Parts: sequence; structure tokens; C-alpha cells
Amino acid sequence: MSKIKSLDDLRKMKADLKSKISLREKGDNVEQKVQVKVAMATCGIASGAKQTMEFFMDQLEKRNIDGVTTQTGCMGYCYAEPTVEVRLPGNDPVVFGNVTTQKADEIIERYIKNGELVDGIIPVNYETIDDNE
Amino acid sequence: MSKYRMHLMVCGGTGCRASASDQLAENLKKELTKYSLEEEVQVIMTGCFGFCEKGPIVKVSPDNTFYTEVKSTDAEDIISEHVVKGRKVNRLLYMDPEKQMHVSNSTDMGFYKKQIRIALRNCGFINPEDIDEYIARDGYMALGKALSELSPQETIDQIKESGLRGRGGGGFPTGLKWEISRKSESDEKYVVCNADEGDPGAFMDRSILEGDPHSVLEAMAICGYCIGAKKGLIYIRAEYPLAIERLKTAIKQAEEYGLLGENVMGMGFSFTIELKYGAGAFVCGEETALIHSMEGLRGEPTVKPPFPSESGYLGKPTNVNNVETFANIPVILLKGPEWFSSIGTEKSKGTKVFALAGKINNVGLIEVPMGTTLREVIFEIGGGIKDGKKFKAVQTGGPSGGCLTEKHLDTPIDYDNLIASGSMMGSGGMIVMDEDDCMVSIAKYYLDFTVEESCGKCSPCRIGNKRLYELLEKITEGKGVPEDLDKLSNLSYVIKDTSLCGLGQTSPNPVLSTMQNFHHEYESHVKDHKCTAGQCKSLMQYTIDTVACVGCTACARACPVGAITGERKQPHFVDQSLCIKCGACQDRCKFSAVFVN
Repeated sequence: MSKIKSLDDLRKMKADLKSKISLREKGDNVEQKVQVKVAMATCGIASGAKQTMEFFMDQLEKRNIDGVTTQTGCMGYCYAEPTVEVRLPGNDPVVFGNVTTQKADEIIERYIKNGELVDGIIPVNYETIDDNE
Repeated sequence: MSKYRMHLMVCGGTGCRASASDQLAENLKKELTKYSLEEEVQVIMTGCFGFCEKGPIVKVSPDNTFYTEVKSTDAEDIISEHVVKGRKVNRLLYMDPEKQMHVSNSTDMGFYKKQIRIALRNCGFINPEDIDEYIARDGYMALGKALSELSPQETIDQIKESGLRGRGGGGFPTGLKWEISRKSESDEKYVVCNADEGDPGAFMDRSILEGDPHSVLEAMAICGYCIGAKKGLIYIRAEYPLAIERLKTAIKQAEEYGLLGENVMGMGFSFTIELKYGAGAFVCGEETALIHSMEGLRGEPTVKPPFPSESGYLGKPTNVNNVETFANIPVILLKGPEWFSSIGTEKSKGTKVFALAGKINNVGLIEVPMGTTLREVIFEIGGGIKDGKKFKAVQTGGPSGGCLTEKHLDTPIDYDNLIASGSMMGSGGMIVMDEDDCMVSIAKYYLDFTVEESCGKCSPCRIGNKRLYELLEKITEGKGVPEDLDKLSNLSYVIKDTSLCGLGQTSPNPVLSTMQNFHHEYESHVKDHKCTAGQCKSLMQYTIDTVACVGCTACARACPVGAITGERKQPHFVDQSLCIKCGACQDRCKFSAVFVN
């Protein structure tokens, strides 16, 4: 890691990272990949998010899907933990609730492979600061 | 790649299900098969849209049509008109109450979204263990802006203009606090982040630290720049191991990038952050007690003044802010104080994060603009009360707060309104209660907590709260007399008036507010010795209906204390002096002959 020596450095870095939608594997074609984010706060982990995340990492590879699985913080849907966000290339992200490994399997087979939605989607019910500009 | 050209998303939240949304989904599927469209259009059940008042909801994608109050009989129209002919069903579209117009595209109806995420902006979006993701979302840009474009005083002025007030509960204006700390003369100053979240049922700060640790680090550095401090300390309870782990990772990454440490971004400013662990004592959330705990002393509060901004950690000026307060800072500097102060009410600006818990359908972490009503929070975002029960009260402000009732449901939530209603903002725990909750027991529960957490330094809090608890215990055991109610309130006021710190000064609040709002419940406990909610075991009486009882002896055999007697095939009786109210007899009786008074 190189040091950031000025605000310009930081700006450059941000622009660079933003264009890459920096995920753990900073590959060049990350936008072409299926991106899976698992909410891994204490509460999520307590409801089994770790198993869900391991399942995604393991199964995306086994089923030859070009994707990356990363962790994120609490999405706020405690009533539906574990929660997982899936972004298919060129699509808006979709959040699924109560994702057990069984549900994860269904998501991989139906949504990730075929683009069919599956029950248990959590609609976005908030505005972000970017909506507010 | 999808084989479906259209999706019909039917809300499957508890509220909408109660109005037959699953039947609606079934009907939609049936109608689709009529037109042989089941291969082209997919019906999906979703979670709650947070618009339960207008449920059931159907959202059509990709054209973003938003149908409200859809009955299961409307399935035919939606399919034959919208799906087949491409004509939206106007009568089902959401009607904008102000413009009296149907809104056909849900992107035009952001207003139904009651939440705005500012403090939670990165929670659930970025990987908290990867600083790059934070930087990609404008991370450390506010620090860079402050260091390069603004003087410390100008930065403070922006925070002051924004109207941000402390999110830890007190609601003290943050900019003013920074200014006082800045004006205190000293060779050394400290920035402290209070991450000692102790209210039962509250988890806002933990979620922010676990989901977006860098935003807090960045804000602490900005604060350091403003007040002239080189060192930041985060006081966090050891019972938050994951938050600690992620903070450590974040600090390490920021130092490696030169965003913390010596000569930040080459701009001559130095700032380091260290973690200090607490053992989870509630009183250590009080800033003077917190500082003593960090110094290695007993976590006991001292009298203010002197305020920490003048003499705090190691006797030096110390600026203490809560996690959520810090999380707001970078956004304010980047988007401007006007933007921030355009959200919220006159005296409370911005948003507040709440941890919704208790008897509510959508338990969760939410962030709403100040001024949102309790009704919107509980019945829209929260999806209403579990199992269709009746709303009774909501407890805000933790053990220092109070209970709000039905009459407060339409009060806009802000610091001043909540205090006027007899509760307080607190750190943001919101515990919802239904008709089955006994308010005397609730008050007793909170008192139990304060008695446990009182540091014992001053007698009103140490002894007074214990006596208060004993009085409540006596009442819930059915031994209360009407005079006890006066004793309760007198003692409460004495404790409030004479305690040393915020803990004791607020600990009787749950008693006072429940007594004020649910006086009849207290009265029925002490006068009729009855608990209307059926929670106080000592006030319950199991009796056997002599007509329904067939004398099967099942209850007598189930009773662990031998309180039930009776001959075979003859009605049985419960000896109240022996009965321990375990309810085993009622569970065992096949003839519904055992009932509770």
C-alpha cells in the first residue's frame, strides 16, 4: 500500500477505486461478475450469516459462476437475518432476507443462473444520501 | 438473460399478508396461466415495503408501477389490462394526497420511503474491513476538505450551522461543544468517542462501528483538527468483540495509507486513535465516569462543572461525542450544513437511528428524519404489532426514558417533543409493547437494571432505587396498598432531585411515566390486586370450573405442589394458599376446565 500524501492523491485514488467498484478481488472486469454481499454484523453472524457466506463462496466456485462474495455491515433488517445482496451484471442490486444455505442454493440456481427472482426479496424502503442531491 | 420479461412483486410483509396478499399472489398466478403468460411473467412475494397503511402493495418491474390497496379480486384487472394490454390500472395507482393525482411511476414517490440513511449511509453497502471501499464512497474526503480548505473555526462553524445535536441522548449542540473544547487552553487535548452503548435493546452504535468504522475515525480526526487535539480515544465495551476487531483493522489500514498518524495527507496535521475497553458498566456511558474508567479509576461520575471540555481525561480538555454523532460529521462537511439542516424539525436537525425491538413485526435498525411520528415508525416501517395485537406503549430512551402511549403516536419525534411527552430521545432504543405487557412489571424491569448498574457512590441512587424496586416488587406480588403509589412518586422525585449524575437523576423516569400514563393499572394492582395484562403471577388465580371438570385427576397429578384435591369423577379444587401459579394444571386439562382470573 502506498501512502496518500495529499488531497489530490486521495481524489485520484477515489476516482480509481470508484471506477473499479472495488471489491475484494480488484480484477479489471469486476462489473461483469456476480457480486454477493452478506450482512455480517454480530446479529447477522448470530443468525448464521457466516455459514451463508461460506456457502456462497464455495458454491459459486463449484458451480463455475464468475462471482465475488464479500462481507458488509448491518443492513438493518434484523427480522430477516441473514440478509444477502446480490447484484447481477447490469442489474440493480436485490436484497434477499432469511437466507439460509437452502435459500442460498435457490438464489444461486434460480436468480444468479437464470435471472428469475425468488420469494423473500426485501424492497428498498429508504433514501440514500445520493438520492438527496 | 432472464427468461421473464416482467415481475409482479407482491408484498408479503405481515401487514399485507393480514389483508390477504398471499391470496392475491395466487390469483395473479392463476390469471397468468389463463393467458399462458406464466413463462413470461413471474409473481414474487417480497418483504415489507414499509408502506403498510396502503397495503397490500404490488410493484411491477421493470416499469416501476406501484399499486396500493390491491384486493385479491383485482388480480384479473392487473393481468388483463396491465400485463396483457400494457395499460396501467389507474384506480389502483397510488394517489398523491397533496396533488390529488395518481402516481404511476414509483421513482416519483420517494416520499413513501420514510427513511433517509445518513449515519447508516455505508452500513450494509461497503466491506467494513476494506478501506478502499470507504474511500470509493467519498471516505476521508471531508477530512481532506477540512485540512486543506477550512480553518478549525470555519469547520466548527459548519457543524454549528448544521444544527447537529449529540446523538447519545443529551442533545447538546455538537458544534458548540467543539467550540468550547477548542477555546480551552492546554498543551494537550483529547477527542473521545463514547461507544459504551448500554441501553437494553439498543444496538445503533454497534452496527455503525461494525458496518462503517472509518466514518467514526474520520470524524474523530476532523474533531481533533478543530479543537487542537492529537490523540483520539474510543471507549468501547469489551462485549462488542466484532466492533473492536473491525475498528482495529480500520485504524491499521488508515495508518498505512497515511490518513491517520503523523502528517496526515502531507498537510502537517497529526492524529492517532487508540481503543480503551470498558467492562460494560452502564454508568460509564456518563462522560465523567467514562473518563475515570479510561484513566484506570473506578467508573464513577463526578460533579460537573468542570465539564470534560475544560478538564477531562488526565485533567486535559476532552471532547466526548457519541458514535452516531461522529458518523454524521463527514457528510455534513461534504454536503454542506444547509443540506443537513434542511432535514428534520426546527430544533432537531438531521436524522436519528433507532433500534426497533419488542412486539413489532419488522424488528430492525432504522434511520428516519427528525420529526417523523411514532405512528410512522411503528406502523409503517415497523410493520405494526406482532400477531395483530393492540399497541400499548413504546419505551424510548432506555432506563432513563419513559413510556409513550397511543396519545403520543402522532407526535413528531425530536429531542424537545419527547421530553415534553415525559420520555427522552436517549441513544435510540425503541421497545414496543402490546396489550399483554404489564406496565408495573416493565417499570420494575428497568429499576432492576438501574439497581444493578448504580455505581453506589451517592445514596439517593444506591439506596433510593433499591427501595423503589422493592415497592414495585411488593405491588407486583399483590401486597401493595394504595398508599404505596404516593410513596413511589415521592421517592422518585427525591431520587431525581438529589442524585449525583444522570443515571440517578433519570432512573425513576420509567416509574413516573408509567404511573402517569397507566395510573389505572397501578391502581388495579394495589386496590383490586389484579394485573389486567395477566403478567403478575402472584395476582393470578387458577380455579377449576366445577361444571366443566369431569374429575379425571390429570390436573391433580400434574400439580407439583399438591395444591389440587378432589375425588375421582368429582370436581376438583385448587388450594390457593399452596398454588405456585405454574400453570401446569391448565396445560394438562383436556376439558378447558382450568381458568385464570
